[in-house]
Amino acid sequence: MSFQPVKFYQTGTFTVGNRLLPPEERSVQSQEKRYNSINSGHRACQGCGEALGARYAIDAAMEATNGRLICANATGCLEVFSTPYPETSWQLPWIHSLFGNTAAVATGIAAAIKVKKLKGERRNIRVVAQGGDGGTTDIGFGCLSGMFERNDDVLYICYDNGGYMNTGIQRSSATPPAARTATTMAVGPEPGNVFGQGKFVPAIAMAHEIPYVATATVADLRDLEAKVRRAMEFQGARYIHILVPCPLGWGTASNETIRIARLAKETGMFPVFEAEYGEVKSVVAIRHPLPVEEYLKPQKRYAHLFGKTPQVEVIAKLQALADRNIKKYGLLDGGAR
Amino acid sequence: MDKPFAITLDPGSSLANHTGSWRTFRPLYVDRLPPCNAACPAGENIQSWLYHAESGDYEKAWRALTENNPLPAIMGRVCYHPCEGACNRQHVDAAVGINAVERFLGDEAIRRGWRFESSAAATGKRVLVIGSGPAGLSAAYHLTRMGHQAVIHEAAPLAGGMMRYGIPKYRLPRDVLDAEIRRLVEFGVELRLQSKVMNVLAAMQEGFDAVFLGVGAHIAKRAYIPAGDASKIIDAISVLHDMEGAQGDELRPMLGRRVVVYGGGNTAIDVARTAKRLGAEEAVIVYRRTREKMPAHDFEVEEALQEGISIKWLSTIKEAGEDDIMVEKMALDASGFPQPTGEYERIPADSVVLALGQDADLGLLANVPGLATDKGLVQVDAGMMTGHPGVFAGGDMAGNERTVTVAVGHGKRAARAIDAWLKGETYVSPPKHELATFERMNPWYYSDAPKTVRPVLDIIRRQSTFEEVLGGLDEGNALFEARRCMSCGNCFECDNCYGVCPDNAVIKLGPGKRFLFNFDYCKGCGMCATECPCGAIKMVPEEN
Ligand SMILES: Cc1cc2nc3c(=O)[nH]c(=O)nc-3n(C[C@H](O)[C@H](O)[C@H](O)COP(=O)(O)OP(=O)(O)OC[C@H]3O[C@@H](n4cnc5c(N)ncnc54)[C@H](O)[C@@H]3O)c2cc1C
Ligand SMILES: Cc1ncc(C[n+]2csc(CCOP(=O)(O)OP(=O)(O)O)c2C)c(N)n1
Ligand code: SF4
Ligand SMILES: [Mg+2]
Repeated sequence: MSFQPVKFYQTGTFTVGNRLLPPEERSVQSQEKRYNSINSGHRACQGCGEALGARYAIDAAMEATNGRLICANATGCLEVFSTPYPETSWQLPWIHSLFGNTAAVATGIAAAIKVKKLKGERRNIRVVAQGGDGGTTDIGFGCLSGMFERNDDVLYICYDNGGYMNTGIQRSSATPPAARTATTMAVGPEPGNVFGQGKFVPAIAMAHEIPYVATATVADLRDLEAKVRRAMEFQGARYIHILVPCPLGWGTASNETIRIARLAKETGMFPVFEAEYGEVKSVVAIRHPLPVEEYLKPQKRYAHLFGKTPQVEVIAKLQALADRNIKKYGLLDGGAR
Repeated sequence: MDKPFAITLDPGSSLANHTGSWRTFRPLYVDRLPPCNAACPAGENIQSWLYHAESGDYEKAWRALTENNPLPAIMGRVCYHPCEGACNRQHVDAAVGINAVERFLGDEAIRRGWRFESSAAATGKRVLVIGSGPAGLSAAYHLTRMGHQAVIHEAAPLAGGMMRYGIPKYRLPRDVLDAEIRRLVEFGVELRLQSKVMNVLAAMQEGFDAVFLGVGAHIAKRAYIPAGDASKIIDAISVLHDMEGAQGDELRPMLGRRVVVYGGGNTAIDVARTAKRLGAEEAVIVYRRTREKMPAHDFEVEEALQEGISIKWLSTIKEAGEDDIMVEKMALDASGFPQPTGEYERIPADSVVLALGQDADLGLLANVPGLATDKGLVQVDAGMMTGHPGVFAGGDMAGNERTVTVAVGHGKRAARAIDAWLKGETYVSPPKHELATFERMNPWYYSDAPKTVRPVLDIIRRQSTFEEVLGGLDEGNALFEARRCMSCGNCFECDNCYGVCPDNAVIKLGPGKRFLFNFDYCKGCGMCATECPCGAIKMVPEEN
C-alpha cells in the first residue's frame, strides 16, 4: 500500500471523498476548490480514462508543488483533445513537444530551472512530462531512458491506454497480447496482438534504479494521489505509469471506464505497485480475486475470444500472464514479502 | 494588441467549447426509498438517523429517530426488526445491526436525559386516547408534537400495556420502560391511570374533539381440553400479568416443577422461559405444527432451546390430568395442515399454560354508530379512522400483525389523520420514492466490516434470573455499526461523482448541500451514475 487506508469509515478511503475524514486526510479531488488543471471543454471522448487520469495526476502534482509546476506534453490524444490551437484546457504552464521527445524537452526545462536557481531564483519550480504509451514506450523511449539514466529532476507520467489511440488505435509495445487493434486485427490463426512481444516499461524504469517508479490506475484515486505526492518528495528522475482505459479503443461503454480499470487490477492483468531505487516497496493487493474473463469480456477488443467457440486456450494464456503477475508481485497478500 | 514576440492570438480557453452538446443521456440526482425504511412498520427514517450516528452526533440521531418513534430504548429491545431483514448490506456481508444502534441511542438518551421538544403552537384541541400501550403512547406523542392536548385513560395501575404486562423483564427491563413513558408525560401527555373507559361515546362527551382507541387484545383464547378437577390449566397472559409487580416469591405465579405450555407463538416462548426462571425443572412447549410453521421468531426459539426449554412439535393436548397430560401426535397432510394420527403419549405436567392468542375486549364500543368489526378486529381506513367519524383505532385491536412496532406506526398514522380531521381536512401521505434496490448500487466502495455481535448474558443467570439477556453496544461499536450503513439510494456526499467526472462537470456545493451537474460540459458518459456507491444518480435520455 502506498498509503495508510482508512478502515470502517463507511467507505473508508475507497470513495473520492469521505465526510467522516478530517479535512487534512481528504483527497485532492474531493476539494471544493481543486486545481482542475485540465479544464472543462476538452474534446476527449465520453468517459475518457486518459482525461480523468491526467486531472487526477496533475492536480495531485500541483497540490504537492503548491502550483509551481511546468508540464511538457507529448503528442497524442491528451495533447490533441486538450489543446487545439488557440484553445487550451491546461491551467498551468504547459508545452507541447513532439511525439517522441517529451522527456528531452522536460530535461531541458529542468536544466533551465537549475541555471535560474544558480542566478538567484528562489521558487522551487518542478517539472512534469507526460505522454501516451506510444509516445513513451515506443518512439519516446530513447529520450526517456536518457532522462532516467542522467537522473534529471523530472516526473514522467505515462498514460497507458494500450495503443496509438489518437491516430486510430494502432498497436504499441504496450498493447496487451490478443487485443485487437487496427494493426493487429482479429483475423488469421492468431487473431489480435501476438503473445511474446511488447514491454513493461515500469520494470525497465526500475532497471535504471531511479529514485521512484510506480504504477496506478484511474480506479484507485487515493493510491494514485499518494504516489504522485510521494514522487514529488524525490529529486531526480521519477516515473509513474497509469492504466487509463480508452472506451473507443477498447470497445467499452463510456460509463465503464473505472470499472474496467478496477477489473484490470483485480484480475492481476495490471500489477499496481511502487518501487524505490529499483526495489519494489509496496503492492496494492487484490481485494476480490477474479478470473481474467471478467476483465476481457466487456471489451470489444477481446470479442474474438468469446465468439461461437470461445478461445479457451488464448484465455488460459492470458490467465497465465495474470497469474504470473500475482505471483511475481505478491498481489494476493499485498506483497507481504 | 500588445502581445509578446511571435504571438498573434489571445490565449483561448477550452471553456468556450460547450461539450454538453454531445450528450444523448443526462444524469439526474435522485432519492430512493431505502429498503430498511420501507420495511419499518413504525415508519422510521432509519437511514437518516444512522447518518447522524455515523458522525457521532448521537443526539441529532436520536432526534431524527424520535420524529417517528418516541420509544427507541424499548424498540431497540423488543422490535423484531424487519428493517434488518430488508437491509441491502446482507448482500455484502451481513445486515446492519439497526436494532442494536437504536437501543444504543435510546439508552444514551435516557443516560443523558434528552427530552422531547416541540415548536408547534397549542391548538386548544383535546384528544382522548384510550390505552397506554405502544399504540396509545405513540398517538399521544404525535398529537402532542402537533400542538394538541392528548389525555390517556388507562385501566391498569401502570402504563405500557403489553410492554409491561406481557413482555418479560429479561427482554425489557422496567426502568427502561418507565424512563420512556416518563419522558412522554414530561412532554405534556396527560396520563390517567386506573381509569377504565366503559363507553367511548360517553367518555368523548367530556370535552374531547376526537378519540384514539388502543385497547390492545388481552382476552386469552381458550381451547377445549377435557380436564380433571385437580388439573391446573391457566393462560399465559395472566401468568405474565401476575409477574408484574411480583417482588417476593409468594406473589409469583405457582406453576409447579413441570410446566407444559400450549402454543407456538412468541407468548408461548416467553411464558416457558419465564417458567424456567421461576424454578421449573422442565418447561415443555407443545405445538401442533412444525418448527418452520411456528409463528415465534427463530432467534427466540433458539434462545429458549439454549435455556433448556424443550419443544414437542406436531403435537396436540388431548386431555389434562392431575400430574400429567395426554398428547396426540400429528402429521402434516398434503396441504401442510396437521392431522391427528391416533398415536398418544402421556407426559408429566404439574400445570398447563395456554398461549393460544388473544382477543380484544371491545365492550366499550357497544352501540357506536357506524363502527364495524370483523373477526374481533375493529375496521379502520388508511388513516386509522373507524366507521364512526372522529373515532380512530390502532394496535392489536385493529390488526392481525401484532407487534409493538406496528402499534407505534398505527399511533403515528392515526395522529396525522386526527390532526387533519380536526382541521376539516384529510391527511394525504406524500408520494414514496422508488425503492433503492441492491442492483442499483456499487458495493465496491464500502469498507469490509462484519457485523458487531452483541454480548449475551451467561446461561446460568439466564435460567435463574430475570436479568436482561441481550447486552447493548458500547459507543465504539455502535459507531462502527452505524457506519456499516450504505445509505442506499440517497446521496451521502462521498464526492465520487465529483471526482470521477472526466469533464469536471459536477459542481460541489459544500457540506450538506450535495452537488449539481454543469450541463454546459457534461457529455453524458454516465461514469458518475455507475460509480455512485449508493445508486443516487440515474441516466435519462435527452429529449432531442
Ligand atoms: C408475551 C408477549 C410478548 C410480546 N413480545 C413482543 C415483542 O418482543 N416485540 C413486539 O414487537 N411485540 C411483542 N408483543 C406484542 C405487543 O406487546 C403488542 O402487539 C403491543 O403491545 C400492542 O400494543 P397496543 O397499544 O395495541 O395494546 P396493548 O399494549 O395491549 O395496550 C393496551 C392498553 O389498553 C388498556 N386498556 C384496555 N381496555 C381499556 C379500557 N377500556 N379503558 C382504559 N384502558 C384500557 C390496557 O390496560 C393496556 O394498557 C408481545 C405480546 C405478548 C403478549
Ligand atoms: C513522429 C510522429 N509520428 C507519428 C505521429 C502521429 N501520431 C500522433 S499521436 C500518435 C499516437 C499517440 O499514441 P499514444 O502516445 O499512445 O497516445 P494516445 O493517443 O493513445 O493517448 C501518433 C502516431 C506524430 N505526431 N509524430
Ligand atoms: S480515443 Fe481514447 S484516449 Fe483518445 S480521447 Fe477518446 S477515449 Fe480518450
Ligand atoms: Mg496510447
